Amino acid sequence: MTNIWPWLSLAGLGAFHGVNPAMGWLFAVALGLHRQSARIVWLSLVPIALGHAASIAMVLLAVTAFGTILDLPNLQLAAASIILALAGYYAIFGHRHRARVGLRTGMAGLALWSFLMATSHGAGLMLVPAVLSLCLTNEAGIAGMGNSLPISLAAVGVHTGAMLAVIAVIALIVFSRLGLGALRSAWINFDRLWTLALGATGIILLIS
Amino acid sequence: MATWRPDPSFYPSPRMAAKAPRETLAYVAAFDPDRQRPDAIAVVDVAPASPTYSQIVGQVEMPNVGDELHHFGWNACSSCLCPNAPHPHVERRYLVVPGLRSSRLHIIDTKPDPRRPEIVRIIEPSEIAERANYSRLHTIHCGPEGIYVNALADRNGNAPGGIFLLDHDSFDVLGQWELDRGPQKLAYDFWWHLGHDTMITSEWGTPDTFENGLVPEVLLGSKYGRRLHFWDLTKRKHVQEIDFGEEHQLVFELRPAHDPTKAYGFVGCVISLKDLSASIWTWYREGDKWAVKKVIEIPAEPADPDLLPPVLKDFKAVAPLVTDIDLSMDDRFLYVSCWGTGDMIQYDVSDPFAPKETGRVRIGGIASRASHPKASNGALNGGPQMVEISRDGKRVYFTNSLYGAIDPQFYPEGIDGWMVKLDVGDNGGIGFDENFFVDWPKGHRPHQVRLEGGDCSSDSYCYP
Repeated sequence: MTNIWPWLSLAGLGAFHGVNPAMGWLFAVALGLHRQSARIVWLSLVPIALGHAASIAMVLLAVTAFGTILDLPNLQLAAASIILALAGYYAIFGHRHRARVGLRTGMAGLALWSFLMATSHGAGLMLVPAVLSLCLTNEAGIAGMGNSLPISLAAVGVHTGAMLAVIAVIALIVFSRLGLGALRSAWINFDRLWTLALGATGIILLIS
Repeated sequence: MATWRPDPSFYPSPRMAAKAPRETLAYVAAFDPDRQRPDAIAVVDVAPASPTYSQIVGQVEMPNVGDELHHFGWNACSSCLCPNAPHPHVERRYLVVPGLRSSRLHIIDTKPDPRRPEIVRIIEPSEIAERANYSRLHTIHCGPEGIYVNALADRNGNAPGGIFLLDHDSFDVLGQWELDRGPQKLAYDFWWHLGHDTMITSEWGTPDTFENGLVPEVLLGSKYGRRLHFWDLTKRKHVQEIDFGEEHQLVFELRPAHDPTKAYGFVGCVISLKDLSASIWTWYREGDKWAVKKVIEIPAEPADPDLLPPVLKDFKAVAPLVTDIDLSMDDRFLYVSCWGTGDMIQYDVSDPFAPKETGRVRIGGIASRASHPKASNGALNGGPQMVEISRDGKRVYFTNSLYGAIDPQFYPEGIDGWMVKLDVGDNGGIGFDENFFVDWPKGHRPHQVRLEGGDCSSDSYCYP
């Protein structure tokens, strides 16, 4: 591991995803409040993290799979096109996710909700530059499946770990200290930041 | 246009919403019963320190005639903060105003100048029929999947009525809400328990049974609405029906508890065929089913037949006709409009199965014609009808007209519109604000009131 930066960016993006209320900590807090249980807050974080991890793993697996049939420039171009198209769609039409999971949902529903939210936001796509650069660090071109797969899975682990840590800390602070009043002032427009982050990801892929 | 911070009028919980700053403007739907001039949304000054307090200070007229504006609502509200459907950076600025008779939907922007709202989009009945197969638009609620609009009939004016969705940014009609309607046919009001993923709908009738007034044979045959329907809000599926039985007709306005952890609410039944009484029922969760219980019965009042319209003469009594109810944000006080007798009654419903009357005023009324301290005319007609409560529960506003074709059945000489305000005591009790009486300009009758920034029947909350 000659370069720490891709790993740091994976962790940083994990923190960014975790801070966004729409990625799950708010759901955990709401369930805790409904059932008057701090334990429910903690328990809820697990399916939320798993759903998120499954979503980004799916995207990264798809990218590494395409890496075996496309050369690097074409792979980057294809990924950048998808990411920029998604960012463009969000910039024009806004984020219109309607994941139909209610407040009475169980843990499986929560994992499904988290998976759908992460997938529709393009959470996995945001990690593509970091993962590609990790694969490149190890070999003189895009790595074969044999090498890319463990790197991608490690990337999922680092990202999800960082995300889980952040959602746990925020959920704890909001649930037991700050209270819901924080939502009114502190809930800045993450959808807009997300669109910008996706756009930046696409541009990084194009110019790298 | 999305904002960086959540709209300041959104609150995570009803507890916090009750601390919102007081309203300074009220928007009131007003319609012309003769359908000769356009209906309007009037802006009423409700800031006591203002020199124009209790006056209409602005108005936006609809572009057509004969809409019969009814129960309008905001494009966005506190449910935008819900964790499972978050979109908190939408602005609460548009009023979505349906025409019950015309099936036309008006989108009105209140932001540039709240006293001079402007129509920014009109969705024609043909577009609604095309995309959702509905007509006769009745009630608006902002909620998890956008703006919910209910309709009392299909595109041809027949059953079933139901609900369709509008996008809260573009106002495009997204289509019918129901995926599995079950036995539901008639529609009237709807609302939900967000914390229990449950929608509740009530019933009136098909347009041929109300557009020319109530039909006695239909009423006496118990053919108007008398059922509640419970739905899975996220699966859009009918799950249960409760029939109130042949005695009860016009099971109308639904007011779920605001606290999303509570699984109960109230519904008003306009009339009993047995004795003309009106009633309030509590619905509640019993095991894995919903159940109802009658908790308030308001008897008919004996009256001199000479004072009564033909429809009531033989009964020698005034039916209370509970046509609207509203629940305060803390779920403590229920307000009940008795459009027939002229009473507005306040009940303490802290125990939803044992309400206690805590206040009552009388104004108008079929036989009583009670007046108001600020009214120049000594005998008011119409009676308490659409009622709205401020978020802090301190003020209650109401108007006196029900529906163009039904008004003259109970008030044959027609209705002179008015809007009044009550002040609420800290521990209950209600009294008229003697300085607040809007003598409504002739040609229009006032119907529903919406308060700037939200009120007790606009928003729903996901957090306790």
